[in-house]
Amino acid sequence: MTLKTHIGDEKIALLPFFISKSIEKSLEVRYNIMVIDARSLDYKALNDTLRKSEKDCSIVGCCGQRFIAAGMSQKDITIQGIPGNALGAYLNGACITVNGSVQDAVGDTMNAGKIIVHGNIGDAAGYAMRGGRIFVKGNAGYRAGIHMKAYNEKMPVMVIGGTAGSFLGEYQAGGVIVVLGLSAPDKKIVGYFPCTGMHGGKMFLRSDCSNVKFPDQVTARAAGAADLEELKTYIAEYCDLFGYDIQTVLAAPFTVVTPDSRNPYKQMYVAN
Amino acid sequence: MKLEGQVRIPSGCAIAAVISKEGNTMSGERVADAMKPMHDRSNGLGGGFAGYGIYPAYKDFYALHMFFDERSTRKNCEIFLKERFEIVKSEIIPTRKIPAITDEPIIWRYFVAPLQSVLANLQLDEKEFVARTVMKINTEMNGAYVFSSGKNMGTFKAVGFPEDVALFYKLEEYAGYSWTAHGRYPTNTPGWWGGAHPFALLDYSIVHNGEISSYDANRRFIEMFGYKCTLQTDTEVITYIMDYLVRIQGLTLDEAASVIAAPFWSTIEDKTDIEDKEKHIYLRTLFPSLLITGPFSIVLGFNGGLMALNDRLKLRSMVVGEKDDKVFIASEEAAIRMMEPDATGIWAPAGGEPVIVKVKDGAY
Repeated sequence: MTLKTHIGDEKIALLPFFISKSIEKSLEVRYNIMVIDARSLDYKALNDTLRKSEKDCSIVGCCGQRFIAAGMSQKDITIQGIPGNALGAYLNGACITVNGSVQDAVGDTMNAGKIIVHGNIGDAAGYAMRGGRIFVKGNAGYRAGIHMKAYNEKMPVMVIGGTAGSFLGEYQAGGVIVVLGLSAPDKKIVGYFPCTGMHGGKMFLRSDCSNVKFPDQVTARAAGAADLEELKTYIAEYCDLFGYDIQTVLAAPFTVVTPDSRNPYKQMYVAN
Repeated sequence: MKLEGQVRIPSGCAIAAVISKEGNTMSGERVADAMKPMHDRSNGLGGGFAGYGIYPAYKDFYALHMFFDERSTRKNCEIFLKERFEIVKSEIIPTRKIPAITDEPIIWRYFVAPLQSVLANLQLDEKEFVARTVMKINTEMNGAYVFSSGKNMGTFKAVGFPEDVALFYKLEEYAGYSWTAHGRYPTNTPGWWGGAHPFALLDYSIVHNGEISSYDANRRFIEMFGYKCTLQTDTEVITYIMDYLVRIQGLTLDEAASVIAAPFWSTIEDKTDIEDKEKHIYLRTLFPSLLITGPFSIVLGFNGGLMALNDRLKLRSMVVGEKDDKVFIASEEAAIRMMEPDATGIWAPAGGEPVIVKVKDGAY
């Protein structure tokens, strides 16, 4: 954990897309990691290299390669550049840190592990994830947490530091989605049609949500003391990672959204 | 050969575009580079580009880019063209033989001006006349297709991966102030030369990632106004819709975007800006058949600008970035980084939110 942040903050974050062979070597020795230059690798070659490595990995010069670390159970992986779609799909315990933004479908069907993004995320993040945690410093695109679910001890958590696009938590069936709106306090915290089809799980929005329209089948209420205690367990690590003071983050109105089982979801798309 | 289902083909079309707001020109190589990290979004069954400002020496003439199946078709078509246009230049579009692009048709271009006597006789304005001629050739002349018909712009398309199509057409030799690009993964229509994007009419060109659920409703409506959908794929109809709304009906690009990606009635109902609310009610009521449903991200090219737009549900990805005088648009941020590693302000427009970029007046 420290190792990753170390490299992220101290060294590579300051470097452009790629690094020279000599720096690569010194990083490998100093931190006992493998540095993978992704510039000439397609997604398959990159993932093969990642899998074969017995050490933690730092990918540099990444530009659009998909499925990075898909299904991986171990290793810490840091990424410089822009990873492609479905980063950490089916992730099963590995920890991925991206020092930039990621594209669509990050953490698709994730089962365990952690994905930390220092920029924004694209659409459909955490699609059907059923375990693990996703921490995003910036904004999320459309459909974050679509069909997120929980199962026995599996309880996925997604914390979005900025704002979220429309259809947040669409068909959410379990797990927890937190949106903090820290980067743009004046902006509406979520777009249109949040929680459409939501029938399980929980959502925390750092706003009184007076300008947000929720569907009839969910209950949106102001967070109470017990809710905030629960929330702390989700955002403590987030604040730690991105350098926020948790008390400051908590010192704002929060709205809690849960499904209303007496009034289940009916339809969205047919009657347009 | 294994089919999709037996083997996973990770794809879903790719679009990219770049424009200089100052009208500075760049070669087609730059936008072709953007397609490289998105290679897996296409499957080799179509790639294409549109360049604007590429024919400064002939900027007052319509540049007709055409496919012909054989020499006799071309000869017959030329007889037809000469009855309607002054042809100031006619030539083969230069291509490079590469193994990746095969079975090419005869690819020709003509720089033309409509004969004034014909225009006077038909009482048509120039653009309408050119548009009608394009429709006539594409519907009535077997084996001949006009795939580009604007002034000082041109589209270049083929069956192949977009990177290869750029090589094939030697796009590094053209200089334009704006470019759009497309990599195709046809879903339920054939991958053929005419079906590659962009789809163009006059100076409007469309590259599209997605699939139009409302295609037939849109097609039936637009064909009432003289357009004919002949290219066996859905995207074509978007080009005609934009031509109809902007050129014929005189809507602004913003209004046209509100027609094809209209907000839900419930969203309109909740609008607090009364003028904006009434505008949306008016547009949805007037053009209900031109609402395009289903997933799309498109870039519309036109003389002097670009417009990027997502469907109202935003079922396809699209990001925008900037650097100096240039604006970059692509399906993936990786593609923007390929064109400009230092692009800033990367953002994803909301569904139905048009991004309109224009070159400053007089710079194109």
